[in-house]
Amino acid sequence: MQAINYRGPFRIRVEDKPIPEIQHPRDAIVQVTRACICGSDLHLYHGMVPDTRVGTTFGHEFIGIVQEVGTEVHNLGVGDSVLVPFNIACGQCVFCKQGLFAYCHESNAMSSTVGGVFGYSHIAGGFDGGQAEYVRVPYADIGPTVIPDGMNEEDALLLTDVLPTGYYAAEMGGIKKGDTVVVFGAGPVGIMAARCAWLFGAGRVIVIDHLEYRLDFVRKYAPCEAYNFKSIEDPVLFIKRQTDWLGADVCIDAVGSDACGNMMQTLTGKKLLLQAGAATALHWAINSVKKGGIVSIVGVYGPTDNLIPIGNAVNKGITIRAGQTSVKRLLPRLIEHVQQGILSPREIITHRFALEDAADAYHIFSSKLDDCIKPVLVPSAV
Amino acid sequence: MNTQKINYQEVKGWGIDADPLNEPTYPMKEGDAEDKITIWERPDQQQASMEVLTSNERATIPAVFGQTIAPQGISGHIRRYAFNHSESRYRHWIPLLIADRINEIEGIIDDFKHGKAPHILLEKGWRARWKLNKKSVMKKAGIGLLLAVTAAVLVKRKPS
Repeated sequence: MQAINYRGPFRIRVEDKPIPEIQHPRDAIVQVTRACICGSDLHLYHGMVPDTRVGTTFGHEFIGIVQEVGTEVHNLGVGDSVLVPFNIACGQCVFCKQGLFAYCHESNAMSSTVGGVFGYSHIAGGFDGGQAEYVRVPYADIGPTVIPDGMNEEDALLLTDVLPTGYYAAEMGGIKKGDTVVVFGAGPVGIMAARCAWLFGAGRVIVIDHLEYRLDFVRKYAPCEAYNFKSIEDPVLFIKRQTDWLGADVCIDAVGSDACGNMMQTLTGKKLLLQAGAATALHWAINSVKKGGIVSIVGVYGPTDNLIPIGNAVNKGITIRAGQTSVKRLLPRLIEHVQQGILSPREIITHRFALEDAADAYHIFSSKLDDCIKPVLVPSAV
Repeated sequence: MNTQKINYQEVKGWGIDADPLNEPTYPMKEGDAEDKITIWERPDQQQASMEVLTSNERATIPAVFGQTIAPQGISGHIRRYAFNHSESRYRHWIPLLIADRINEIEGIIDDFKHGKAPHILLEKGWRARWKLNKKSVMKKAGIGLLLAVTAAVLVKRKPS
């Protein structure tokens, strides 16, 4: 089968790999019909995530058709069209029992901090991802969800990560009716977080980024206020001015380690790798939120340390909530929203590439060329 | 700067998921005492068919794990060293980052061993770069050429 193959920072190629096999009675093999490139895949692509081994196939946002199931998978059948949450979760450990599917304790040998994730380096379990023609799906009786009749397949695709993660960012913000919510980052997750903030009753939603085409998009899609931090000089001061000098009720970091906007963070985090990526957005979020407010982090950071103003967090008495999204917990509600037409996630897809053009797709997405917001890879067999 | 305020009551779905009970300790407050047990009936154990490195912060290997790329070569030795240390220590993470960079070189050597020269420019997406951002390609090519010419001149001038 064809699959993407990571060769080192900024190097991707597509080549033949063996079709995966069932390795556990609760596995399934899924033929991939669509796979996204996620903003967090770019952290891998940029070589910022430790233990990303040459030969890895990325891809944790995908849908497909079940080709084979293990002997203990009874809720899926061959031929079912499924959307596959990016978390690999057993459904029976102490964390899964609480709905914390992202922290399953039975799916990741290599790290104690996070559960297994498809195609997200060996620190997330060493599983191959869905940017391929076929993928092994462990615990197939828990994660994969049959795509409801009538649902657009690209809406289903975006229910595997980006929409739930944006929703989770807003949910963690503990938004109360009338709150001012600031989202740092107008990438796919930031766009979804801004859109979902309204569902929780936000009174004002502000997005900060530096790419005009993304700001234009989120302004219409969310809809919300959107500002370019390059033209406001100091985003923290700008937010204070916008909020009667008190700060925002909720700030969301939807950027993570690939942030720009602060030379020192970029130098130490992205160029010299002295910290786990550039924590510029988180820095701004902590300093922009009002005293006693909530900072919600869904941006992905590496596992080592980051320079953030933790003293200010203490002095302001803020609450910091962070996490990988437990997609399975949120799916019923989000499927309902999509089916009712309240949310239309597929509108953020801007590019569709054949799987064999993955190297170009990664480059375009990473370099923000051609007004790219969300690229999708389509295997040739589909 | 002009602001662009939105009338939130016109936004589709406004407030439908507002939850006054949503508070910061969620979801750890979810679930009853039974859900908080620390021993559970474990899923069947997957059998390992290759070397799988395991975090030393775990008592056991999880029931299911990835078996895609075993540690091998020099980078594999470094990864094995890293996994002797907890995820709280630099001697876990820094060796892993070093191993990744060595692994990249191992990948190129491996390609040549299999009689295949890697198309590094294509792998880096230069086809798309040429199509969408010719200026950047020309700039990089110009800098490369300049450096090559400078190096050639310096080597030529070197007294014998």
